[in-house]
Formats: sequence, C-alpha cells, structure tokens
Amino acid sequence: MSKEEIKGRKKADILQGTLDLMVLKTLDVLGPLHGYGIARRIEQISDSVLQLNEGTVYTALLRLEQQGWIRSEWGASENNRRARFYSISPGGRKQLARETQEWELMAGVIGRVLQVRR
Amino acid sequence: MGRLRAIAAKLRNFFTGSLAEPDFDEEARTHLALLAERFTRQGMTPEAASAQARRQFGNTTSLKESRHDMRTFAWIERLGQDLRHGARLLRLNPVFSAVAIISLGLGIGANTAIFQLLDAVRLRTLPVKNPNELAQIRLAGGNQGMGVNTQYGDLTRPMWEELHRQQKAFSGIFAWAVNDDVVGSGSQLEHVNGLYVSGDLFQVLGVESWRGRLVIPEDEHACPATTAVVSYAYWQTKMGRREIDSSAKLLIDGQLMQVTGVTPPGFLGLAVGDHFDIILPFCKPKELMRSLFDVTVMGRLRAGVSLPGASAELAALSPGIMAATEITGYSSESVARYRRFRLAAYPAGAGVSSLREEYDSSLWLLLGVTGLVLLIACANLANLILARASAREREVGVRLALGASRGRLLSQLLTENVLLAMVGAALGIGIAQVVSRALVWSLSTESRAVLLPMAIDWRVLAFAAAVTTLTCLAFGTIPMLRSARLQPLSALRAGGRGMTASRERFSLQRALVVTQISVSLVLLVGALLFVRSFHKLLTFDPGMREEGVTAAFVGFQQSNIPRERYLQFQQQLVEEVLAVPGVHSAATTTHPPLLGGSWTHSIQIGPAHGDSKFTWVGPDYFATMGIPLLRGRGFSATDTADAMRVAVVNETFVRQYAGGGDPIGMAMRTDQEPGYPSTVYTIVGVIPDSKYACLRCGTPPMTFAPAFQCPAPRPRTAILIHSSLPPDVIVNRVKRLLAERHPEMAAQVSSFRTLIRDGLVRDRLMAMLSGFFGLLAAMLAMAGLYGVVSYMTARRRNEIGIRIALGARRGQVIGMVMREAAWMVLAGVIAGTLLALLAGRAAATLLFDLKPYDVPTLAAAGGLLAGIAVLASFLPARRASRLDPMQALRCD
Repeated sequence: MSKEEIKGRKKADILQGTLDLMVLKTLDVLGPLHGYGIARRIEQISDSVLQLNEGTVYTALLRLEQQGWIRSEWGASENNRRARFYSISPGGRKQLARETQEWELMAGVIGRVLQVRR
Repeated sequence: MGRLRAIAAKLRNFFTGSLAEPDFDEEARTHLALLAERFTRQGMTPEAASAQARRQFGNTTSLKESRHDMRTFAWIERLGQDLRHGARLLRLNPVFSAVAIISLGLGIGANTAIFQLLDAVRLRTLPVKNPNELAQIRLAGGNQGMGVNTQYGDLTRPMWEELHRQQKAFSGIFAWAVNDDVVGSGSQLEHVNGLYVSGDLFQVLGVESWRGRLVIPEDEHACPATTAVVSYAYWQTKMGRREIDSSAKLLIDGQLMQVTGVTPPGFLGLAVGDHFDIILPFCKPKELMRSLFDVTVMGRLRAGVSLPGASAELAALSPGIMAATEITGYSSESVARYRRFRLAAYPAGAGVSSLREEYDSSLWLLLGVTGLVLLIACANLANLILARASAREREVGVRLALGASRGRLLSQLLTENVLLAMVGAALGIGIAQVVSRALVWSLSTESRAVLLPMAIDWRVLAFAAAVTTLTCLAFGTIPMLRSARLQPLSALRAGGRGMTASRERFSLQRALVVTQISVSLVLLVGALLFVRSFHKLLTFDPGMREEGVTAAFVGFQQSNIPRERYLQFQQQLVEEVLAVPGVHSAATTTHPPLLGGSWTHSIQIGPAHGDSKFTWVGPDYFATMGIPLLRGRGFSATDTADAMRVAVVNETFVRQYAGGGDPIGMAMRTDQEPGYPSTVYTIVGVIPDSKYACLRCGTPPMTFAPAFQCPAPRPRTAILIHSSLPPDVIVNRVKRLLAERHPEMAAQVSSFRTLIRDGLVRDRLMAMLSGFFGLLAAMLAMAGLYGVVSYMTARRRNEIGIRIALGARRGQVIGMVMREAAWMVLAGVIAGTLLALLAGRAAATLLFDLKPYDVPTLAAAGGLLAGIAVLASFLPARRASRLDPMQALRCD
C-alpha cells in the first residue's frame, strides 16, 4: 500500500468490535456522557480519520448496557434537551482493563509481525 | 457472565413485551438536534445542517432493526410468523390437512400404543423406592424340572430360609409366593388372588401403608397365619373402605384373620400384569416342603455391591445352602444334580412377569409392524406434499424472486411440516390411550385378568416425540430439498407444460410408490402368516374331542374330607355330574390336556431309562375325550387301588420304549419321588398320539393310569364332561349343581374349547393386529399408487390429448398408463418378496405349523397386492383415456 492511497482514502472504517472498547474507554476517562458527547470525543481523538455512523454508538451502548458494563440515567443536555447519560460500572472497568491488555498484546504482536523485513 | 446478562435482558424484554423504544427515539432526536446546531454554527443553512446531521447519524430504521434484534430473540418472532403462516395454509387446504393429520395420527397412535404396552410390560420400573437396586435371586439355569413348580416359583422355602440367614450382598432380601385363596364361606365364598410374603418385604421395598400397618417380621409365626393385608382395590370394592381396626376381620381359607392394613393404590405386587387382593405373611409349618419351588426371592443390593459381585457371593454360598436344604425321597442322581445348583442375582427393577416372557417378542415385532405402517403413511404424505409443492412452485418462486433467503424459506417449510407432525402426534397420543387400553383388555381371559396401568410417562412421551421427529424427517425432507432447489425464473414462467421437465420428480415419486408396495407386501405376508397360523391352531386336531366338552375344576379343601376318601369323593362328584340331564359321560383327570399343566416321572422299561408324562384318569376318560384305543383295553371300575397297577400309553411311548413293537403286557417301573413310591405298571392299552400340555408343544411319551391307583390324591381335581348340549347350558347346569350340593367347594366350570382358546390369546392378538395392519398397509400403498398415477396422468394431459387427437385409441392410452403402474408394482413386489424372506425369521418362533418362507402365502400376498394395484391404476388410466383432446389442449 502506497502513501498516496492512504491520503486519498480520507477515512478508515472502524475495526469490528473496537467501537465498544472506545466507548468504554471514553466513559472511563470522561465520566458520565451522552451519546452525542461520546461521538464528539471519538471524532476529536481520532482526528476525524474514522468513518463513524454516529447512530452505531447507540448500538454499542445498548450492547454494553445489556452486558452490565455501563449504566445510564436521564439528564439535561447542553441545549436543555432531555438526554441519556451513560457511565461505566465497576464490572465495566474490569472489562476495560481486560480488553485493553488484550488489545495491547494483539497490537504488539501484529506490530512485530509487520516489522519483520525480508 | 456478560452473555448471560444479555440473555436475561432479552428475556426481560420478551416477557415485558416492550418492543417499541421511545427512549431511543428521543436519544436520536437529541443527537440529531445537537449535530444540526453544530453544523449551523459552522455556517450551514438549517436545511443543509439537518440533512448533514442525518447523513452523519446513519440510517435510523436499520439501526432500530438491529437494536430490536439485539433486544429480543428474533428467531422466536420468525417462528411465530411461520407458525401462523403454516396454520393458515393448513386451514386453507382442509382436505389435505385432514388426510395428513389423520394418517399421521393413526400411524403415530399405533406405534405409541404398542410402545406403551411394551413400556408397561417390560421397561417401567416397579413403584417402589429405588427400584434399580432390586435384584432377583434364582438358580442359574433353573431347577431343571425337579420337584413341583408353581407360577413364579424359583426357590424352595428351605432355600429361602438359608439365604435369609447367610447372605451379605444385599441390605435386605424378601420372598413371596402366589396362591389362590378363598374368602368367606358357604354361598358367600369367593376366590381371590393371594400373595404370601416374608415379614420384611414391605420394609425392603420401601412401600408405605395406605391404612393401618403392612406385614412386619413379627407376623411370621407358626402356622396358621393370623393377620392379613389387603390391596387398595380390594379394600375399596369388597370392604367398602371400612375403618381398619380390631374388628376388621376376614375369613380366609377357613381361618379368621385380622386385617392390619391396606397397601397403597399404585402397588400391584411384584408381578407385572398380575394383581393381588390379599397378602398373608409366611407362616412356619412343622416341616417345610423341600421339593416345592414356590417362592420368588428378591433383594436390595447393598451400596457398592454390583450384580456380578452379588452373584459371586451367592455362588460361593450355594454348595452350603444346597447341602442344608437337600431334597429327600429322590434318586441319587437327582440329589447329585440338586447339589450342583448355583444361585445367581438378576436385575429385577421392573419386577417379574409372565406376560413379559409370553409377549416380549410379539410386542417388539408389532412395534416393527406399526413402524413400517407409519413409514408407508409417511411416503404417502411425502407424495402428497410433493404434489402440493408443484402447485406452490409459483408462490415459492415469487418469494425467492422478492429476495427471501433460501434458509428462511426452508425454515418456513420445515415449520409447516413440524406443525403437521405435532398436530398428528397429539392426535396419535390420544388414539394410543384408547388403543393400548383396548389391547390390555383383549389380553385378559376368563381365568386371567391382566391388570396393566397405562400411563403416559416420560418414556412414552420421548418415544412419541422421537417417532414424530423421524416421521417429520421422513415425509418432509425430500419435498423440502426440492423446493429449496427451485429456480425462481423457471417457476415464474407462465404455464409450465410439464412433460419432460418433471421427469426427475416422477422418478422420485415412483421410487416412493415402489417402497410403499414392497413394505406393504412384507406386512401382508406377515399378516397372512399369522392369520393362517391362528387358523391352523383353531382347526388343528389335537387327537381328542374339543367340541362338546366341559371342564370343571373343583377344590374341596374346605369340605372336611379325610385324605383317604379323596378318591371316593372325586368319584362321587363324577356320578353327581352324570345325573345332570344331557351329560353323556364324565371322568376325572389329574392333568387336563392342552391347558399347560404337566407331570413327569422318570421310568425304567426293560433296559431303557427315560421320562414319560403321567396322568391319572377316571374310567370313562378315553370315551369322554373321544380318544380311540388302538390296542388292548382302557380302564374300568375294576382297576382299583387293590388291583394290579395298569397303564395305557401313547404311540410315541411305544416307539421310544418298545421299539414300535407290541407293548401290551410290558412292565415299567417309575423312579421314586416324595409321595410317589417306585411302582411297577403293566401296559394294558395303546392310544394314538395326541397333544399334551399345549397345541404348539410336541407329543411326548405319555402314560395314563387309573385314578383309583393314584398314589398321591389331592383335595382337588378336574372333571371333563361330554355333552351334546350347547356349552353355556351345560356349564350353567353343572355350576348350579355343584353350588347346590357343595356350597363350600371351590368350582370353576368352563367350556374346554374356551379354555383352549384362552391359551391362544397371543396368537389371536398377532393374527388380529398383523391382519389389520397388513390390510391398512396395502390400502395405504394403493392410495399412494392411485395418487401418483393420477398425478402423473394429470401432468401429462397435453401429451395424452395430443396422442388422442392423433388417433390413439382408448385401449392404447389405458395400456400406456397401466404399463407404467405395472413396472412400479412389479419392482415393489420383487423387492417386497426379498424383504419378506429376510423379515420372516423374526416371526418364525411365533408361527404354528408354518415356515416363514411359505410359498402359497408369498404368492397369495403378491397376487392380492397386484390385483388391487390393477384396480388402483385402472381408474386414473380410464379417466385419462376419456380425455376430450380439444379441452386438454386448450387449457394449459
């Protein structure tokens, strides 16, 4: 893959399964947040490289909530609309730690594999 | 952990039913509004901003759908849709649905009914605590005909006493014996099924009393017994559910006994199919009979002891037990044989059962038969569904073209089939309840009431479910696969003319019909074999008179007749019976023929040593039974106890012991046995061979001796009565006479023929059921043939129309259609004959005087099937030949 192509393709798709991890991490760092806030944070952190259908954030949130890793409560948003604020649960923190470790392990391995020269 | 929570969340949603998500709608609105505000701030027009916001948020509908799937079990909803769709289709085709459901119901019902019987007779465990720990203690290889055996009698009382004292492998053992008892006296006298049990039976079984207390070890004291326990049924019907207190007494066998308790309703004893009315504790007589094998011994294995382990212990104990209980009064060879007997333990969790031994192979065979009938019904159904599937090709094609996935389509077809099968199974289980009870009822005879509780237990349900699943696979798979392979385009092309295109489907349907014909031939052959076998049994000449003979069984234990007058009293009864108007002759016998009883003595005749059956009969026995004398003389009143001992023997005896020569005047000596001292008989007559214990049994060497010379008279006898009056008239006259003259005496009077037929219940059952199923199978196969031929000609309307238009004559069209059918029938008959020859082995032991490869039977079954097949294919062929070519060509 050449450099030109990377420039040409402005945005990358989100790797399967990583959105949940990003949402969890965001909630861990920033505390209670609504879906819009999470989307903004991911956009900001990723420097707008990621192609994100922001609606899918809510799918991730539903999944995480069903698994008991986050909780939610209703509050007021910046523009005084009713918004649902999500926060990480103790179980979610443990899960985040586990998945972070796994991710780093995996990323390390893949990085080493790709560094090998002919 | 997380996954479990997710399922719990789904379940919550499923039950609370909150499928709409107002919350998410609000969240999405907020999100969109915030995004739009942001874009507006960046300088977009409000319209452009809100459009951009929607783009960045993504497709809300598909989001909602995926959230919906996450929040619920989507497959359940789809299943619900399929079920509704399937039910609607069934309602729309009431004829198809009715045919399918009824044939499935009958098929599954017949299978379940037979299985229920098998379950009750063989598989179900006794209603006691931990039945699988129970084991039965028997002699390995039986007692080889030594001594006297009663029903279910495995061991002698002395053996039981020793076992009880010595064994260690069981945490408890108990013994029981069956006995007929009489309750009450005089005209109130009533026969009941009695059990004698050891004191700890109920404690070892863990059966609790319903009222009062059951038998306890303290009840086992010196004879006679003084306490009794009654069954729930007896307590309810005969004792009016009275209070069990000190006034609850019954006169049993002339002895007033205190009733101490009632057994629970579910406990029918340890012999499956039998039942008891009263239970008496064992009592200890002065001396126990050492040659009477009358008790069944069972025990509960000690924890950690296996069946082989227990057998090993019993084998080690055996020499000591046999030595301690040695039979007396027998020849030294017999005693040596006795000493070599070994005890062993056998599983007994399902109890013992004479029904089981008698009906086991028949029931398995019947289960196979009903399975095959169901298979034929399935093939019919598969054909029906195939025919319907081609009518539905367009529907399926449209759905495929509209984007339905094949998987979804398959699951819907599967749901339809499952729905059919389930409704059929529900109907079948209902039918089985009626049929199985009718079958049990048909097993009962005058002398033996079969009591088998029919219950739907988990085994029956599992069986029905398994049969239903297999059925579903059998009739649904092929049509389903075909539908799934369908090409939407070709299905949608208007007016599929269906000539060469459907070749393949026809070949499949042909194969199904060939299978049906071959299987139904197997069943028809089986049916004919059993019906002929039963007919042969009914018409078989046993070498004696059956018609016009009445048998009276009398017991005069209660009549206070001294032992030395037993024989005179028996003769007195004969004379009283002879005075009844219409009686030609009458004679006593110790063992009436053909009813299963048997008595053997070892004999010595010249240098030869062997066995012969012995029967002591009254003077007129041969005349009464219509048995001619070939040589010498019969018995007369002069053959008294003081006269020379004489005997009449049969031809087999002569062949075996007299080398076929003239045996008159030859002497034979019997070996001694308890009560039967060694005696020398002089042969005075020869009779032709006749059957002895049963119709199926071979003819053994037989000896008849005069009743007055019987060394061991009993307080009971059978009187055979010859009369030309109708059976029920003479039966009633004799009954009335005996009841008036000897009210205290037990008497059972029946027509001899009825008694013989009662012994043929199994053959009757097999003939009836296999005949019914054979005809049903043939009819189903013919319906299949008719259906397929009709279908094939209907699909070929255009072709046939063209042929007729071009000048084909009626006969040619009929011939063309029937030739096709003939090939199928021929292939089916050939395959069926081969299968029948293979399957015949299973039936061989149940047949009488017939080989399973009976050529006339095979030919008759094949001919019968071919005959009906001609009819089944002629009707559609004739219809095809009457086609109006113009009409056939005009419509598509």
